[in-house]
Amino acid sequence: MSDIQVPTNGMEVVWEKPKSLSETRMHYCPGCGHGVVHKVLMETIDDLGIQDKTIGVAPVGCSVISYNYMNIDMQEAAHGRATAVATGIKRVLPDRLVFTYQGDGDLAAIGTAETIHACNRGENFLIIFINNAIYGMTGGQMAPTSLLGMVTSTTPEGRQVETQGFPIKITEMVATLPGTYYITRQSVHNPTAVRHLKKAVEKAFKYQQDKKGTCLIEVVSNCPSGWKMNPLEANQWLEKNMFPMFPPGDIKVEGKLIEKKQITMPEQKETKI
Amino acid sequence: MSEIRLMKGNEAVAEAAIRAGCDAYFGYPITPQSEIIEYLSDQGRKRGMIVMQVESEVAAINMIYGAAGAGARAMTTSSSPGMSLMQEGISYIACAELPCLLMNVNRGGPGLGTIQPSQGDYFQSVKGGGHGDYHLIVLAPASVQEMADFVYLGFDLADKYRNPVLILTDGALGQMMEKVIFPEYDPKAHKPPKPWATVGKSSNRSPNVITSLHLHSDEMENINIRLQEKYRKIEANEVRYELMNTEDADVIMVAYGLTARICQRVIELAKQTGIKIGLMRPISLYPYPFDIIAKLSEQVGGFFVVEMNAGQMIEDVRLGVNGKVPVGFYGRMGGVIPTAEEILHSLQLFMKSIAMKEKV
Repeated sequence: MSDIQVPTNGMEVVWEKPKSLSETRMHYCPGCGHGVVHKVLMETIDDLGIQDKTIGVAPVGCSVISYNYMNIDMQEAAHGRATAVATGIKRVLPDRLVFTYQGDGDLAAIGTAETIHACNRGENFLIIFINNAIYGMTGGQMAPTSLLGMVTSTTPEGRQVETQGFPIKITEMVATLPGTYYITRQSVHNPTAVRHLKKAVEKAFKYQQDKKGTCLIEVVSNCPSGWKMNPLEANQWLEKNMFPMFPPGDIKVEGKLIEKKQITMPEQKETKI
Repeated sequence: MSEIRLMKGNEAVAEAAIRAGCDAYFGYPITPQSEIIEYLSDQGRKRGMIVMQVESEVAAINMIYGAAGAGARAMTTSSSPGMSLMQEGISYIACAELPCLLMNVNRGGPGLGTIQPSQGDYFQSVKGGGHGDYHLIVLAPASVQEMADFVYLGFDLADKYRNPVLILTDGALGQMMEKVIFPEYDPKAHKPPKPWATVGKSSNRSPNVITSLHLHSDEMENINIRLQEKYRKIEANEVRYELMNTEDADVIMVAYGLTARICQRVIELAKQTGIKIGLMRPISLYPYPFDIIAKLSEQVGGFFVVEMNAGQMIEDVRLGVNGKVPVGFYGRMGGVIPTAEEILHSLQLFMKSIAMKEKV
């Protein structure tokens, strides 16, 4: 990994990367949302002045080496176990700020039990949940959040209800648990969405400082490589196909569920990518 | 000040954990060791420990990972099926070199098995259990006193080597009541600084990262080389065992934990029949006392291994003996505790077979 050197050529610096983001060049694929979410997260940590007391937990998946990019103390965790590891950290260091950074396979498949029980205990940390509806690192297999009809390397005919069941809406599920305080779904597919995400992250850290309970931010993201699209197509596909199933917006604010129309499962349709 | 109490083995472990300055216990109840989490939920919490009953053994071991990584003295306990669930996390902890204390109150298996005492988890405890090349330091108590003593020793060894320590005991020792003396122990004097812990990055250092991921093979090999070097140090410095009546013994029994207690009775019974029997009791099952077995092989007619399993530690005894003398075995399985009389009977048959071979 090489460091990035940006020459200023004597010009005034009007913008810098967050100091909590390291100089290391990221390995993420072009157009992937991880880099943007990393930047938002670290920028918020800078803004709140909490770099020295924040501890991150990143388990498996594309983001497993996010400690190379985040200039804070971090622990890597086993598949799905991030919220258990974070519980261990937070319980012995209650005055530190702790977050997990998990993908859909990690949080919504192998780690479902740990996720639900951490939220139910009201663990006072932030869960960042990157949902791109696919297993990125292992080569584009079906995730629990893969859409109906979605073609992946393990659903070559498209995800079928009969064999693979429905996409799981974990965020709505944990919002029903009394231990959760702030549950929101955001995205990073355009600049407005990125600004909204930043506000959500700020809120979540402040709630954690006030010991309010579990906060979870789902980020509907993309996987241009896994989806086999260029970055622009991926973002367009995301808006058209991901949002009907995973609509952006707050689900629970200050411990209260936001009333929304019942979201029905879409009918099986062609969402091949 | 030291204190004398009459306690169950499981309770003695819990009381020792509090006195050893254990900061956090995460666990899941399972017979025959649930008294530990019950005792700590009362006494531990009252005396400042973090004690949590969590959703599964998988979660518990990963909470230990997080807490140990954050610099705490962390501990969990379980029994056989629960320990199997923890193996994933133990492998990660071993690679990340996090100090912590684990205890397996072994019950009969495989599978759900029985709640009766067993030593069927020897292989899992000593030879691995999780994936990869790693070792736990494994201590085998044979009394309620040692159940308590090994908690202090276990935490100290864990901190010294940055390695998980496992106390391997069984349902009988966990449930048995005996006198136990709690020594004076100042946790503050025993807790080393942990500059590697993830406690929040101060401005004068680079981030601390706790991980078992090393994507490049040469880097991963270097981690393994470092771990193996540590294991060689542990093997050189931490072998523990006890010898009884071995000086002029014709045959030496080898047994640990509960079976070693029973073998002490076998020595007495054997004396009455005029047979000279000794006992070598391994206290550390890893590192294993191979050297003393090799040395004793020069002076005895054979070794007789007694275990509450189908014969697991016998493989290590054979390694130490290295073919020099015969090695016999008596074992009961599935939670059955052998009697001194049946062990002696089997031992006598073994000695007869040695004598027959010598005649031939």
